[in-house]
Order: sequence, then C-alpha cells, then structure tokens
Amino acid sequence: MTEITLEKPRSQWRDVWAQFRRHRGAMAALVMLVLLALFVLVGPLIWRIDPNFIETNTVKMMKSRNLGPSLAHPLGTDQLGRDMLARMMFGGRISLAVGSVAMMVAIFIGTTIGVLAGFFKRLDSWLMRLTDLFLALPLLPLLLVMMMLFSEATAAVLGPRLGTFLLIVLAIGVTSWMQAARVVRGEVLVLKEREFVLAARSVGTPGRRIILRHILPNVLSPVLVAATLGIAAAIITESVLSFLGLGFPPDFPTWGRLLYDGIDSIRTYPERVVWPGLAISITVLSVNYIGDGLRDALDPRIRGR
Amino acid sequence: MLDAAPPPLVQVENLKMYFPIHTGVLRRHTGDVKAVDGVSFAIPQGETLGLVGESGCGKSTVGRALLRLYEPTAGRVVIDGEDVASLSPEKLRQKRPTMQMVFQDPQASLNPRMTLAQIIGEPLSEHTGQSPQQQMQRIFELMDQVGLNRRFANRYPHEFSGGQRQRIGIARALALNPKFIVCDEPIAALDVSIQAQVVNLLEDLQDRLGLTYLFISHDLSMVRHLASRVAVMYLGRIAELSPRDALYARPLHPYAEALLSAVNEPDPSLARRQRIILKGDVPSPANPPKGCNFCTRCPKVFDLCRAVKPELSEVEPGRFVACHLYSETKPAAGSTGGTEATEHNQQGVTQ
Repeated sequence: MTEITLEKPRSQWRDVWAQFRRHRGAMAALVMLVLLALFVLVGPLIWRIDPNFIETNTVKMMKSRNLGPSLAHPLGTDQLGRDMLARMMFGGRISLAVGSVAMMVAIFIGTTIGVLAGFFKRLDSWLMRLTDLFLALPLLPLLLVMMMLFSEATAAVLGPRLGTFLLIVLAIGVTSWMQAARVVRGEVLVLKEREFVLAARSVGTPGRRIILRHILPNVLSPVLVAATLGIAAAIITESVLSFLGLGFPPDFPTWGRLLYDGIDSIRTYPERVVWPGLAISITVLSVNYIGDGLRDALDPRIRGR
Repeated sequence: MLDAAPPPLVQVENLKMYFPIHTGVLRRHTGDVKAVDGVSFAIPQGETLGLVGESGCGKSTVGRALLRLYEPTAGRVVIDGEDVASLSPEKLRQKRPTMQMVFQDPQASLNPRMTLAQIIGEPLSEHTGQSPQQQMQRIFELMDQVGLNRRFANRYPHEFSGGQRQRIGIARALALNPKFIVCDEPIAALDVSIQAQVVNLLEDLQDRLGLTYLFISHDLSMVRHLASRVAVMYLGRIAELSPRDALYARPLHPYAEALLSAVNEPDPSLARRQRIILKGDVPSPANPPKGCNFCTRCPKVFDLCRAVKPELSEVEPGRFVACHLYSETKPAAGSTGGTEATEHNQQGVTQ
C-alpha cells in the first residue's frame, strides 16, 4: 500500500482544465474567442486586401463606394470604397490587443494597490485616498489631456503606431484600476482575519509569502470578474478616444473607430455598425464566460462537482 | 526531559493585551479594551494547562498573545528560555518551530485553495531546507501520526469532515516538532463523537512526543479529562489556578464555583450539586469594575471587593486564587455576603 501511495501530488492544472471543460458556456466562449483571434491574426494573411486601399482613379473610387456584400467584398465597402472585411480584421488586432493589455495593466495596478492597502494597515488610508482621488477625476478629459500632451513625444520615440498603442494602453490602464483595487482591498481585509492567515503567521511565513500563497489565490474570483469587465471597458474607451480624434490615426482601423465611422450612415448602411458592434459584443461576452469558467475551475470547492 | 526541577517550559508573567479604542473625528486614543489584564502562569514540560472561562473572557487572546500573533501590551512570555514577547522579527521567526497552535475552526484555519500536502508542508518549506522528496516523506509521516490516509494528500480541505480537518490542523502544528502547542478550542466546532477522537489524539501525541499544551476550552469536562492543572479566567484575569482534581472537587473562587456548578454530572444519583446561576452580564472589558472584576456578579461580594483588585496568591499548596475571601484581610462581618463568605472560608480550612 505504501508503494502506491508515495506517488507525488498530481498537477492541479489538469484538474483545472477538466473542470473548465465541463463549463459549457466557457468552452463555447473559448471556441468563439479562438475563432476571433484566428480571424484577426490569420485572416489578413488569406484575405490580402489592404484595409486602407482607396482607388486612385476617381471614377472607380466613386463606383466602389458604399457597396453591399458581394464576392469581391463580402462585408461591402465603406464610404471611401475600402474593404470592410479587411478593415474588420486589422481593426480586431488593435482592439483585442488594446483590450487585453490595458486590462492587464489595470488589473495589475488595481490588485497591487488593493492587496497593499488591505494587508498593510499603514498604507491603507493613503492608498485608498489615492483611489478615491482617481475615482473623482473626470476620466475622459484626463485621458484626452494625456493623449494630447504625450502622443507626439511617444510617437517620436517609439514610432507612431507602437507609441500610440503603448500610450493608449497605459492611459486606459492607469485610469481604470480603481474598482479592482477597491474590491480586492475589501476581500483582503476579510481574508486577513481568517484563521488560515493567522495559522501561516504562527508558522512564521513572512508577509510577502502570505500574500502570494494565501491572499492572492483567494482574491482570484473578484479579480477575474473585474478583468473580464475591464476588457470590454478598455475596447470601448479606446474607440471613444479614436472617435474624438486622439487615439490612433484616422486611417488606422479599430473596431471602435469602425463603429463610430458607421454611425453617420446608420440609417442607410446599418451593417457598417452591426459588424464591429457584433465583434465587440462577442469578444466581451466570450471573455466574460471564460472568466466565469476559469473562476469555477480555479476554485477547488466547486471543482469536481 | 531533564532531571529534578527543571524550569517550566512556558513562563508567563503579567501578560497584558490591550486593544486600543479610537473615537472621534481625529481617531484619538480614548481607551483600551483590556482583553487580557495581567495574567501570569507557568507550564512545566510535558504538562497540560487547561484555560477555561466564558465567551469573551480573553482565553483565545491569551493563546494568541503567547505565540505573539498579537503584540502583547506588556509582560513577559518565556518559552523554552527566551522571552517571546520581546524577540526581534527574525529571531521570532526562528523561534516559531518551538511553539505552534491548533485553531478553533478547522474549516477557517485551512486555506481552501491548498491541498492537504501543501498545507502540512508549509511549515516544512518555511523552516527546513528539505528537498521536496524529504518533505513529502515527512508529510506522509505526519499524516500517519494523526491517522489520515496517505491517499488524501492531494485533496482539498472541503473534501474532509470536521474531525479530519482538525487532524490536518494538528499535523500542521506538529510538522516542526514543536515543544509547546496552544490548542485554541480545538474541539469546540466538532461533533461530540469527533471531539473524543481529537482529544484522544492530542493525549496520545503528548504521550509519544512529550508535548506541552495550553488547552483553551469552555468545555469543562474535556478540560477535566485532559488537563493536569486548570486556570479559570474571568474578564481578562485569572480567577483561580489549581490542580485539576482539587479544582473540580472544591473550587475556591466564587466564579470557579459558579462555572463548575454548570458541569453536568452523568450519574443522576451523584447529581446533587446546586447550580449557581449568576445574575447580570459580564462587564465590558473596556471599562472593568474598579475592584475585583467579578464584584458585580459575585454572590459573596463584600465592600473590599468593590475597592481593591485582588491579586492571584497561593492560598493552599499549589492553588492560586485571586479573591479577597482568601487574602489576609478578612472581611468585616455584618453583611450577608460576609457570613456566606466566612462559611466558605471554613470549608477551605477544614480540608
């Protein structure tokens, strides 16, 4: 008997995956997100039309404007005769990248501040006042000012695309971490008083390892929820910035930009709003479901039920 | 372990644990909750001291302050030759293996996201430089010791029953071969049938490993079963500290008497003891009475009690009581409380 039982603990990631697979919504969402990712990453390699290509010949250009779906342009063309499918693909790259990176920045800042504020009593009031300060700021004007002040500087250093991308991601990140910080702080305050943290202290575990081993895994669910909501918010914020002319350059397609470009002609060409809107919605919905499934899969109490 | 009279393993002197109260807009320090107010006792190696008292009297706080999970306000806690209350953080960390704790709620004291092996292994990875294989070996050893099946090593706390969880907690406490374990109501959250299992396990481990326990409980019959000496606490102070048999046969302090009168006697023919029902509530530990802490509810109260706090002093060999009934200054006769008191005193003298 001892021979069999001396086996090492098996990896828990296999259990997590097994539980995740049992969450139907999450699996469907994962498939959707993978399809979307393929669409935006592999799609342009197959559908080789330049998203910014405009006919130089004026007559041809006038003819290619506002076309409906056809074999040459499955999603039609926009008011300048650019291919919508290609624009959707390129726009998706930017939107997904901005959404996920900005969300990670926001969650990283939010979780760090929340954990520090909850765990260390001395920092609590300072960090929470900082959070309140950020919550009280009018974010959109702040974002606009940030973009206006720094966009040229970053563009000069990193090039217009990478510079704008990093600036947008950081700007969205540092203006949307507050909810996560508050939720995490509350959760940490509760966890800190739980006996297993006391037990870890009686064992002599230092504070940083208590945070890593006992606190962080247990604040995972609120963080995941905040993260999934954060992706959606980041995509929308990016599109607002682009709409106001302070995001990516005007010829640079993103889903948000396509959406706003389409709004002018929503009556005559509703599909131009529907496609980017649908893409954003599917992304947000998938991420939400995946977050839901992950939360369940990472919780040993729910796992295996 | 050592010969004739070794110094006690645990020596607590005048331990005080005040929790500050901050009020007003400026959060000024306006008072203290005196959860533990000058507690002293000693536990020799291999002995179990029971600590009993009603809810909120500071039992658990004593246990936690002893291991410096709270920073004690004042006092000395000498465990195995070192004053734990004044150790530097790094020294304290190195001292941790000597003293461990078993917690009240086995559900809350285990991290729900760690497997049993990770939970029991945490002290090992913190304090020993063992390889994962050695650690695993030790974890299995500990699981055998507390009677857990080795196949459970990969399971999570929620998959266990209350009794099994408490065994996990005990295994974690044992991992570093401690000399002293504080058992903070380890059986309060368990079924009666499981309580016996856990208590027997604790006794068994004490026999085998020579452990020293501070057993905090409000279950008086369990304390009677396990402890060799018992301290009765009331409102942050020790009312009586006596050998078990003497205390249960004849409690000296009026509060101990009242408390023990609540113990059920399983044999109805022996169930003769009158229950003493105390009136009123426990005073707030933020504002304890000026004299004896028990003077507001004591059936044998007299004037001196309301003015002077009695000190814990040895009134019979091995028995320490904090009560004016037994101090040098005898109560002035006259009040009804006084006559009752002298009666009680005589009883004490004849035996």
